[in-house]
Amino acid sequence: MAAVASRPRRINFVTAFLWLIGGGILLIAAIGAFLTLTKGRYSLENWEGFIVSGIALGSVYALVALGYTLVYGILFMINFAHGEVFMFGTFTALFVARFLNDAGMIASQPWLAFLIVIAVAMLVSMTIAVTLERVAYRPLRGAPRLVPLITAIGASLFLQYTARGFYGSGVNAYPEFPPLQGNTTILGLTIRTDQVIVTVAAVALMLGLYLFVERTRTGRAMRAVSEDKDVAAMMGINVDRVIQITFAIGGLLAGVAGILYVQLFNQVDFFMGFLPGIKAFTAAVLGGIGNIVGAMLGGMTLGLLEAVAPFLLLDGYGIASPNQLKDAIAFTVLVLVLIFRPSGFLGRKENV
Amino acid sequence: MTTTETSTPPAIGGSADPILRAEKVTIRFGGLVANRDIDFVVPRGRIVSLIGPNGAGKTTFFNQLTGMLRPTSGDIRFEGESIVGLSPHQIVELGIGRTFQNIRLFGAMTVLANVMVGRHVRMRAPWWGSLLRLPAVRAEEELTRQRARELLELVGLPRRVEDQWAKNLPYGDQRRLEIARALASDPKLLLLDEPTAGMNPGETVQMTRLIGQLRDQLNLSILLIEHDMKVVMGVSEEITVLDHGEKIAHGTPEEVRSNPAVIEAYLGKGAATA
Amino acid sequence: MTALLRRSLLFGLIAGAACLHIGLVGMIDTFQERTLLDLRMLAGGAGVALGFLMPLLAIVIVANRAVARPAHDDAPAAPVPRLLAGLLVGAMGGIFLALLAYISDSGVASSVLVNARRPLATILWLGMEPGPGTILLIGLGAVAGLVGAALVVLPPLITRSLVVAGLTVLLFGLLEPFLSVILRNLGLEVVEELVYARGAVQLPAGIALGAIAVAAVVGLRSGGGVRRRTGQQLRGNRATLVRWALLGLALVLLLVLPNIVGRRLSDVLTQVGLFVLLGLGLNIVVGFAGLLDLGYVAFYAVGAYSVGVLTSPASPAFAPQLPFWGSLPFVIILAVIIGLMIGAPVLRLRGDYLAIVTLGFGEIARILVGSAWLQPYLGGAQGITPIPAAEPFGRAPESIYYPILAFCVLAALVAMSLANSRVGRAWNAMREDESAAEATGINTTVYKLLAFAIGAAIGCLAGAFFSAKIGTIFPDSFNILISINTLALIILGGMGNILGVIVGALVLVGLPELLREFEAYRLLIYGAVLVTMMLLRPEGLLPSRQRQAELHEGQEEEAGEGDEPTAPTTREPREASITP
Repeated sequence: MAAVASRPRRINFVTAFLWLIGGGILLIAAIGAFLTLTKGRYSLENWEGFIVSGIALGSVYALVALGYTLVYGILFMINFAHGEVFMFGTFTALFVARFLNDAGMIASQPWLAFLIVIAVAMLVSMTIAVTLERVAYRPLRGAPRLVPLITAIGASLFLQYTARGFYGSGVNAYPEFPPLQGNTTILGLTIRTDQVIVTVAAVALMLGLYLFVERTRTGRAMRAVSEDKDVAAMMGINVDRVIQITFAIGGLLAGVAGILYVQLFNQVDFFMGFLPGIKAFTAAVLGGIGNIVGAMLGGMTLGLLEAVAPFLLLDGYGIASPNQLKDAIAFTVLVLVLIFRPSGFLGRKENV
Repeated sequence: MTTTETSTPPAIGGSADPILRAEKVTIRFGGLVANRDIDFVVPRGRIVSLIGPNGAGKTTFFNQLTGMLRPTSGDIRFEGESIVGLSPHQIVELGIGRTFQNIRLFGAMTVLANVMVGRHVRMRAPWWGSLLRLPAVRAEEELTRQRARELLELVGLPRRVEDQWAKNLPYGDQRRLEIARALASDPKLLLLDEPTAGMNPGETVQMTRLIGQLRDQLNLSILLIEHDMKVVMGVSEEITVLDHGEKIAHGTPEEVRSNPAVIEAYLGKGAATA
Repeated sequence: MTALLRRSLLFGLIAGAACLHIGLVGMIDTFQERTLLDLRMLAGGAGVALGFLMPLLAIVIVANRAVARPAHDDAPAAPVPRLLAGLLVGAMGGIFLALLAYISDSGVASSVLVNARRPLATILWLGMEPGPGTILLIGLGAVAGLVGAALVVLPPLITRSLVVAGLTVLLFGLLEPFLSVILRNLGLEVVEELVYARGAVQLPAGIALGAIAVAAVVGLRSGGGVRRRTGQQLRGNRATLVRWALLGLALVLLLVLPNIVGRRLSDVLTQVGLFVLLGLGLNIVVGFAGLLDLGYVAFYAVGAYSVGVLTSPASPAFAPQLPFWGSLPFVIILAVIIGLMIGAPVLRLRGDYLAIVTLGFGEIARILVGSAWLQPYLGGAQGITPIPAAEPFGRAPESIYYPILAFCVLAALVAMSLANSRVGRAWNAMREDESAAEATGINTTVYKLLAFAIGAAIGCLAGAFFSAKIGTIFPDSFNILISINTLALIILGGMGNILGVIVGALVLVGLPELLREFEAYRLLIYGAVLVTMMLLRPEGLLPSRQRQAELHEGQEEEAGEGDEPTAPTTREPREASITP
């Protein structure tokens, strides 16, 4: 082998560069964590707070991520407009919530009112998702991969600015649901009630979805279609119908997720779907896109990272207002995962 | 079927200076061994065939020769030097050209442009030269166009199809075009992956003749994978047989034809004695 | 028959939904400001305004689609049922509009739907009482539906004439602010007064314009055969001459344009120019190399911020205060380095993942630039201000127009030279089939990085001129919408096509800048454009030849249409050609 000095090079500089960057980021993060912990600026209660809010946020991301993962699992397309499906349901249900508040129902029957609001959001999100599939995506099945992606980007803009045109461009807030306020004590930890409710509701829904996909006939049909559309069609499965159901489920989950999300961040406007949408996509990829359990894991991981990492990793360097950079951390995670492990935690090792 | 006998090649396997030599090439995908310990030689100036039943690992072997896959172990030497670990474009530059079993032309480019892309590695124009449209670059472009036209003529594609989209050519012509594209890189060794697959008998005869002509006119060594036994027997000077990822026979067409192991691989156990 | 009825009912609902959408997002109110056709001579003081016209146009299109394709199980429907179907679709649209008018008038929904207020009802009822207004509205809807259906039923020549005449008047009405200024600046006040009155086309002028357009189009059609034949003969020296002459003419026109159109329109032109520059750069990455980059704004930001830091006296940490032109080389070098750094990680990613990763990079850039962390270097949310102008051009749109134009021409030349060279071929091959390109000898790593680097250099130039033109930069100017905007104009124009980029920028950036009312609906329209183009014409308005071939996989037989002989007729015995 010594004689081959004049041969073309075999070490790929790009690969080397990538590992250098990846390693560098890990090292920076590790040193940051060390510095933060040695400084001891945050108490144990602080960290508990970060972690609990991370889990609550993560479970919302997971719900939205399921919409991405289900659609990707079946159509191999990134439904870029899924964030807007989330936004539209939440924004529309806002007015129902206000109406119920004005009618005094939120005060008298808070749980019923909460459920009504959720139902409205689910219905609207589902309708949008199904319409989107029918109008914008179905005619493009089988087109080159970038075509549906660009369509989805267009649909996303269209929905955003339709919401702005319909409901105005201001930032709105949901009325408060009294039982969700205050703190609850669980296992000796004092936790904000809304975070508990959000986490419990999200986890329950995820379990429900998992059972649905694993145990029911429709769920089996969904899995069959995601394995191979043509074979599924030959087995007598109505592929169009299954795809429609998939979008509907994604929409329903996004609707709930929206109402849960505003319990954590009470800001409703036409742009509110963008960041949670991208983050939920990140979560889906992190867990292994196409994988339902992966989406849940990915969501939780991302939520935790977002809540903890700015303080843990950046504060140690004395960076001013590290929380401002939490979105940058989410995007960095997105970039790193896609580059180094595009199959995620649980994804099949496909040819990426 | 007699067109190929032009020179007297050296004795089988006894080539002192082979153009390609594979030593103990093994590739695994997880638990599956697709190629096991394959020793293989293409003597200079010969037409060698690689045959075997479906799934025998022929295309996998090809893909290792062209750098699209990396062997798990073993060595591949081209012109005496190892090419394991080089990327496909580097291997093209060294002088190995290939075609694909399922034709992979650039369908939305013109026929002429497809061949000119094939010439890419032999062009020296830097990107900024193209940017400034330097006279030398333009001259090179013109030469490339000439060469591409010659090659189209050589493989038998008429001049008037050169501005058509490659995907609009009839199937047989697409195969010819793929060969022209591979030839454009001035290969010393040409790898043809089932060049007559899907062709009618008339086209197959022409393709067989073309393969012989190419070797003689361009001084090529040719390695082909082929299923059509008439083609294999008509054109090859040596044949290697793979089965289940292993080499089971090697020799002249006559030797291989009468080899019991080969007959068994193709027709199943018992056929050899029948 | 029932199939047609069912189809019309469905399309009636679609028409209704479209009308409701247009009304509820507020387009009717906003665009009512723009009168297109002045009808003073017919009905005292009335005119056709864009706002009211929009839902009617939507009805025309939907009704047209409804009857265009005969239902499969029917024999092609006769004209009368089709016209009736159109009428039905239109009437349904009208009913929805009437419903919208009542809801708006009552104000019950105005706390939710911000545009469902009384003014909308007034517009929809044409200022009349609810009763007659409603009847008229439904009637007009039905007429619109009828027109849509008639465009299918009537002979093609008449249809084409109607469409051409209608579009011409619409265009002249829309471009009134632009055309009237030009006419006046050219000293053609007479013409201007003849055509326009009170910001709209006058009825006689409209009729005349329509007639001229129809005559021109019909004349061109019948003369087409002759033209094609002369076109054959023109090939060679004279064709080149004609092309150069046209090019020269265009260049002269571009050079004198700011003087003709005045300050405000020059400002629009510079804005268009910046997006042409961005579009040309992104076109190299997306259109040529096939890498869907959604974070292109990052380079725009790099260009703007590095000019800001290098030239502004107010740059927080490092302020060498270079002149604009002195900073430019450093800016380009920096952009290329960042282009390579963004390019390297995404090399092995598949198309859609690449898009998301680049989007991530774009967002990271925006967040970092605006963060408190980098405030000491980049000014944080306050940005950097003031940034010196690009002397000697200053900030006046009439003069900064020229360097932007020059760089647009330069970028176009770069793109054209590369497209028609070894590099362009390698990109084309790579875009179509990456591993086949690699196996053909193309170093795809190098060519991807080259595309990123050149795209970055051009994008940062746009950013540099943006900051010098505006004189101040904020992180919010560099959001994802810039990337999307640029992508939309490439897609509208036709990916991979340089002329397409220019047309796309004129339509998607120029029009909304020109017609202020459009500003609020710009992104809504972009979204609609992206979806519609992908559904109906993914290769864009002016497709490059190759794109068209790529995107119409299923229609290979049609591809040879035109002058090329189709495959079956060209088949010849191969024996003759096989001997070299």
